[in-house]
Amino acid sequence: MANSETNTIEELGISKEYQYGFHDDVKPTFKSRKGLDEEVINQMCDIKEEPDWMREYRLNAYRIFKQKPMTKWGGDLSQLDFDDIYYYVKASDRSERSWDDVPDDIKKTFDRLGIPEAERKFLAGVGAQYDSEVVYHNIVEELDKIGVIFLDTDTALKEYPDLVKKYFGTIIPSADNQFAALNSAVWSGGSFVYVPPGVKVEYPLQAYFRINSENMGQFERTLIIADEGSQVHYVEGCTAPTYSSESLHSAVVEIVCMKGSRVRYTTIQNWANNVYNLVTKRAFAYEDAQMEWVDGNLGSKLTMKYPSVYMMEPGARGDILSIAFASKGQHQDAGAKVYHCAPHTTSQITSKSISKDGGRSSYRGWVDVAKGAKGCKSHVVCDALILDKDSRSDTYPVIEIGENDTNIEHEARVSKIGEEQLFYLMSRGLSEEEASTMIVNGFIEPLVKELPMEYAVEMNRLIQLQMEGSVG
Amino acid sequence: MSRDLVIKDLHISVQGKPIIKGLNLTVKQGEIHALMGPNGSGKSTLANGLMGHPLYDIDSGEVIFSGIDILELEPNDRAKLGLFLAFQYPTAIPGVSLANFLRLAVSAVRAKEGNGSGNDRLIPMREFRRELREKMKQLGIDDSFARRYLNDGFSGGEKKRAEILQLAMLEPQIAILDETDSGLDIDAIRVVGESVSQLIGPELGVLIITHYPRLLDYIRPQFVHILLDGKIVESGGWELTQMLEAEGYDPIREKYGIIEA
Repeated sequence: MANSETNTIEELGISKEYQYGFHDDVKPTFKSRKGLDEEVINQMCDIKEEPDWMREYRLNAYRIFKQKPMTKWGGDLSQLDFDDIYYYVKASDRSERSWDDVPDDIKKTFDRLGIPEAERKFLAGVGAQYDSEVVYHNIVEELDKIGVIFLDTDTALKEYPDLVKKYFGTIIPSADNQFAALNSAVWSGGSFVYVPPGVKVEYPLQAYFRINSENMGQFERTLIIADEGSQVHYVEGCTAPTYSSESLHSAVVEIVCMKGSRVRYTTIQNWANNVYNLVTKRAFAYEDAQMEWVDGNLGSKLTMKYPSVYMMEPGARGDILSIAFASKGQHQDAGAKVYHCAPHTTSQITSKSISKDGGRSSYRGWVDVAKGAKGCKSHVVCDALILDKDSRSDTYPVIEIGENDTNIEHEARVSKIGEEQLFYLMSRGLSEEEASTMIVNGFIEPLVKELPMEYAVEMNRLIQLQMEGSVG
Repeated sequence: MSRDLVIKDLHISVQGKPIIKGLNLTVKQGEIHALMGPNGSGKSTLANGLMGHPLYDIDSGEVIFSGIDILELEPNDRAKLGLFLAFQYPTAIPGVSLANFLRLAVSAVRAKEGNGSGNDRLIPMREFRRELREKMKQLGIDDSFARRYLNDGFSGGEKKRAEILQLAMLEPQIAILDETDSGLDIDAIRVVGESVSQLIGPELGVLIITHYPRLLDYIRPQFVHILLDGKIVESGGWELTQMLEAEGYDPIREKYGIIEA
């Protein structure tokens, strides 16, 4: 079995046409063979030295995955070949990739984004001695004092097995959908966060501090538990293009918001344009708890992602703010789901999409009010901005209401960049490109103003880059 | 170099329909001209055509500004040459603050050729803020105005004041005010009129396009022109506004045999 040999780029599944393909020599210490079966999963469990229950969990999930038919709704998955994927690659060390190997256009992108030197090297997969590692250790120490656990999920499974076992898969069971099953079978990495009762974490916990811990894996598994009355903001991803050597990213994020807690989960993702980004994100919000998803999707070939909030007890609140930017050859099938399972629960969905150069964005939403869940309120706003006639935007809202005493509002708007808006801005000296960029930046402002400052700045620059050359 | 605006035998049509039919006019730096005309005479068509609106087709004629024919230029290049249009109906740009917009606009207009684009040529934030605050104070505009989204939810009066603030910041050589008084009550007209009059000086030529003479009480033009059916039919001084105030446009229409559209 070809476990630890050096493979050529093609064998590693890195397409040569791939826009951000690195010609590098990362030597995996372990790489499963292509495709997935029980043997591969067992090997993975052996190497990770996982407890038996997790092995059983994975194998069970794998059996469910095998039984599930290929997902037919959402985007086009017909090109996705499950047999052509490495499900577990353990890289020995990132440091073997040198900065000199990073293509110039990527370096330039980092430049334009103004990403700090140390961070660039991390993003490009260069340099094991990343300054942020020190930062991360300091943060962990600080968090430790207030009882907060912030680890990668593999480490958490070792250090806090009972806590992980108690919640793992309780929000998103393996059988939930095809990709949740797959993730449950082969997950690696992701974050584990536990915030004790009453603790308010003052600063956002940022995933990218954990760089040497398989953070950017393709099958991340994140679990956040906010105990009663606690507060935490978790931020994942970054605006710089994320270079994945594999074409499938399928993460699962589970969040438990206990009574009176408040969790915000912010994602900004900009996958390379060969990636299928199929992610299941769900939170349970109990009495008076508040869950907020802020979700920005750029890049990828196809994204299917619908962060959801189940409002389990009275007073719970779910807010979902999502932005999708679909450019050439991309389909962003994004949206949100809210389930009002208890009376007097409130939700707000704000979805904004931008389609450009033939890109397609869809809003897929679900608002559910259970029978007997009286006095619920839900407000849905979908705004689509279409930049040219080749691009497309669709809306697929579903509203299921089992209770009369409820207040649901749904607004949907599709707009184009108006000639009047362009003319107005151009009459003030802005080029057509600057004017379009400004209009787009204004359009996504509701999301950007919710982001931590450094992300907001990067996001605006990124939109600027995306818009470059878009006016001909 | 002369920064005069010279319009020669200009013809503009909209969706195939001729609106401006051979218009001649010269506005020099430091001069104030009023172009008055009834509804449908072509006032806004002229304003939009001069600024380069894509829906207004230039059929023939020349518009020389800063020594070159600007009719082939994009609106932003006209702006960079020092031409400014205060819109009758300024468009809202949601999510973009007036300050952020103005910083980019001012930077674009002041940038020299080959000076890069976008963020590379942005004027420093502190410098911009100082200047903006100064101009807003001069025009009696509240500080909070700068943080609001451009024209989004602005009242009629606020929109026009925002236009005048842009005029003040962009410091053009020639400004066209397209019906800046329309939709405003007497008090708002006074505020806007006084604001504009503060900006007037030897460096600025102004073409005020208006239906009513009211705004002109605050900004006294040296030259008054009457536009009828796409042509300037009378040119004179203040006495023309007096005549229009007293008699309206009917006698002029009769004189030139133009039936009301």
